[in-house]
Amino acid sequence: MTILDLITGLLLLAALFFFVAGTVGLLRFPDLYSRLHALTKADNVGLGFAVLALMLQAQSWSEVFKLGLIWVLVLAASATVCFLIGNEALRRGVKPWTGKSP
Amino acid sequence: MDREIAMMSHVFDWILVLLVLALAWRSLNDCDLFRGVIQFIALGLLLAVAWLRLRAPDVALAEAAVGSGLTGALILSALVRMRQRERRGVPASASSDTSRTLQSGTSNRSRVLIGALSLALLTALGWAVFRFSAQSSGLAVESLAKLPESGVTNPVTAVLLNFRAYDTLLEIGVLLLAIVGVWALRRGERPGDDLRERPLLMSLLRLLLPVLVLAAGYLLWIGASAPGGAFQGGALLAGALVLGLLAGLAGRFLRRERLLRTGLTLGVLVFAAAGLLALWRTGGLLQYPAGQGGAWILVIEAAALISIGLTLGLLYLGGRPEEEK
Repeated sequence: MTILDLITGLLLLAALFFFVAGTVGLLRFPDLYSRLHALTKADNVGLGFAVLALMLQAQSWSEVFKLGLIWVLVLAASATVCFLIGNEALRRGVKPWTGKSP
Repeated sequence: MDREIAMMSHVFDWILVLLVLALAWRSLNDCDLFRGVIQFIALGLLLAVAWLRLRAPDVALAEAAVGSGLTGALILSALVRMRQRERRGVPASASSDTSRTLQSGTSNRSRVLIGALSLALLTALGWAVFRFSAQSSGLAVESLAKLPESGVTNPVTAVLLNFRAYDTLLEIGVLLLAIVGVWALRRGERPGDDLRERPLLMSLLRLLLPVLVLAAGYLLWIGASAPGGAFQGGALLAGALVLGLLAGLAGRFLRRERLLRTGLTLGVLVFAAAGLLALWRTGGLLQYPAGQGGAWILVIEAAALISIGLTLGLLYLGGRPEEEK
């Protein structure tokens, strides 16, 4: 096992942590807006770590570039989708959770 | 170390199998149709992973793009249409009938019949699979031996567009028939609201649409030597078209019906013309002249890419595009 494999393993563990955090948030947070926040933000960071880990194992620079491109595209798509869902919910009058019981 | 890895992948495969079965069951039986559709889309993605585990990346790509993405979009749009119609109060016609049938309507007798037929099919297929000897590799050895003559180095593309090209020709014909049928039945329009006033969505589309078209071309080109090809590229093209339709960007494009018809038939026409040309040149239908296989395949696939992309994308409209208002 080389030092590169070790760093890959650590990065994958970090990715796992953020994916788990995002999923727990999705299941446990009180309303749509905070769930969206947990899902898109944490998962994007998790995917970033996973992509970094895979980049270290890539065979060529073009693979590194393609992996990076995938991450950027997912970032752009999930940020936009998060906004669209949140915005549509707000338009339809879904009340954000404030911590106070009504 | 190797034993642990083998064991981990066994565990992974079993979890995958159980998840696929559970999701398939849920997507059929969920009483909320929307949730059922979402579970169907997730099922498609997991099936793509399963194909990857079976080392069939070509099928995995097609499953993820067509089976999960495009079919998911088709079913979602059908659901939106159904609900819109119910809200407008169209009584007991197609819309509410559909939802009743989907939820509980089929009679018990037909359920038993469908169940028995499915069980018989499953038994027959399972028996066929278990009868294969583990050593038998079918026609793989012969196909791989002839691979250098096919003009491409990806065995899947070699089989699809050279050794068994007429199967693929007929498949593209089936796609054409599907869209002809849908167009003959009714006029279609995009479900949902106009989204052109959403600046963020528009800026995402400005980034995504060119990338999708580029990626479709890339998949077509790489299909000669690695997983990819006209179906996978076409699915991406269709995805770009569906995004454009959803956002209300494709109105002017949809009104050019002659252009659409040309695009829809291009794949079958070029494929059939290539077959006849080959018949004239070499005496065999779709038997390409020696040494030119790669170029013939590329031309056929390029035409097929356009037709597949247009067909799958336009199916989303659910009918022939509306005339100018």
